[in-house]
Amino acid sequence: MSTVEIVEVRGKVEKEHPMEKLLRMDRIPHIWCPTCGIGTAVKAFATALEQLEIDYNNVAVVSGIGCTGRVAGYMKLDSFHTTHGRAVPFAVGLAIAKPKMKVVVFSGDGDLISIGGNHFIHTARRNVDITVICVNNFIYAMTGGQVAPTTPILANSSTTPYGTFEYPFNLPLLAASSGAVYVARWTALHVRRLTNAFAEALQKRGFSFVEVIAPCSTLYARRNKLGDGLNLMKFYHDNSIIKHGADPREVDIGFQEKIVVGKFVDIEKPTYLDCLNDGYKRVFGDAYKVYGEEDE
Amino acid sequence: MDSRVINSRATTTGRVGMKFWRRPLDTDKIKIPHGELHIIWERCKGCGFCVEYCPKEVLELSTEFNAKGYHPPVAVKEEECINCGLCEELCPEFAIFPVLKEEPEEAEEVKK
Ligand code: SF4
Ligand code: SF4
Repeated sequence: MSTVEIVEVRGKVEKEHPMEKLLRMDRIPHIWCPTCGIGTAVKAFATALEQLEIDYNNVAVVSGIGCTGRVAGYMKLDSFHTTHGRAVPFAVGLAIAKPKMKVVVFSGDGDLISIGGNHFIHTARRNVDITVICVNNFIYAMTGGQVAPTTPILANSSTTPYGTFEYPFNLPLLAASSGAVYVARWTALHVRRLTNAFAEALQKRGFSFVEVIAPCSTLYARRNKLGDGLNLMKFYHDNSIIKHGADPREVDIGFQEKIVVGKFVDIEKPTYLDCLNDGYKRVFGDAYKVYGEEDE
Repeated sequence: MDSRVINSRATTTGRVGMKFWRRPLDTDKIKIPHGELHIIWERCKGCGFCVEYCPKEVLELSTEFNAKGYHPPVAVKEEECINCGLCEELCPEFAIFPVLKEEPEEAEEVKK
């Protein structure tokens, strides 16, 4: 390489990236396409963990299948890569067996909401103390760009080549109406607010849900002739409306329409384990030993 | 939902903000931090997020290729980097980060 600038820049890389302690470096560079937004969401999550100063031995990341499903494999934390759609049930088992552990599900829209949709709503209903991060790129990416339950009406996918005509899910509404105690949505461009949302969700007792709108450059953007991920980031910049406390019923997303982002729900409610303990105490009285209080 | 209402509200607040914009009293005392940029050349996939959103326009995509065939960024105005860390936060590849540069005068002041 000839130019001075570059030699200089390359010569300076002797420091390691501050996030390397949280990543399995033998697997980096990751498989995500250039301008895909999943990496940015992972960076925000790692920053949130760092800011919270929690013991990394006490955090577990669970993913399902899909592009976002790779996250569990890249984080240097206790992590598990489950079968398609089963990230939430695995996480529920983990959260109940180890009540002190922060269990995070990091997966995509197709995995969590379509194939794992039933697990998602019932875990929210029972208010199990886990955090679910859903990277929503509006499409099944890894399997080849098929229509997802989040694909906006009119958007093109490999199974709807003339544009889809099905109603998509409104994820904040789905989570809130199923019983989630914390619901927020940000785009991959709102990195700082996204980091704060992750930190808040991690600290929340109960089922917390963060939707991350992220660009899929290779399938969603290209099939819909929207350019690449950078063009979608610019689109988010121009078309996001921050509206904290917005009614989740009013935050659905149309094809290339305004995206309402913000924190929509933040309430307190006894968790699944609280209810379980209360329920058994009611039946067995003092004979019942409260579960999840003692150190493991 | 009436998105127009929200929109117009957003713009109005923006304008009001601008009207009351004034010089803080301690501008002469505030020191702008400076960052030293580290770019992990071979890990970058040339997405351009860092170049597009750097508030000081410090970065530009290089004309050279890395081994994977992407154009990583180069710091064309590194002296203007304010160590805000936005490039680090946005980079999906964990390939760029600034490190706070210690200012020589600052060190002296601490001694006094
Ligand atoms: S296919 Fe889409 S979601 Fe998957 S890595 Fe590429 S850009 Fe990201
Ligand atoms: S954000 Fe990262 S991957 Fe994208 S161009 Fe900048 S350094 Fe390269």
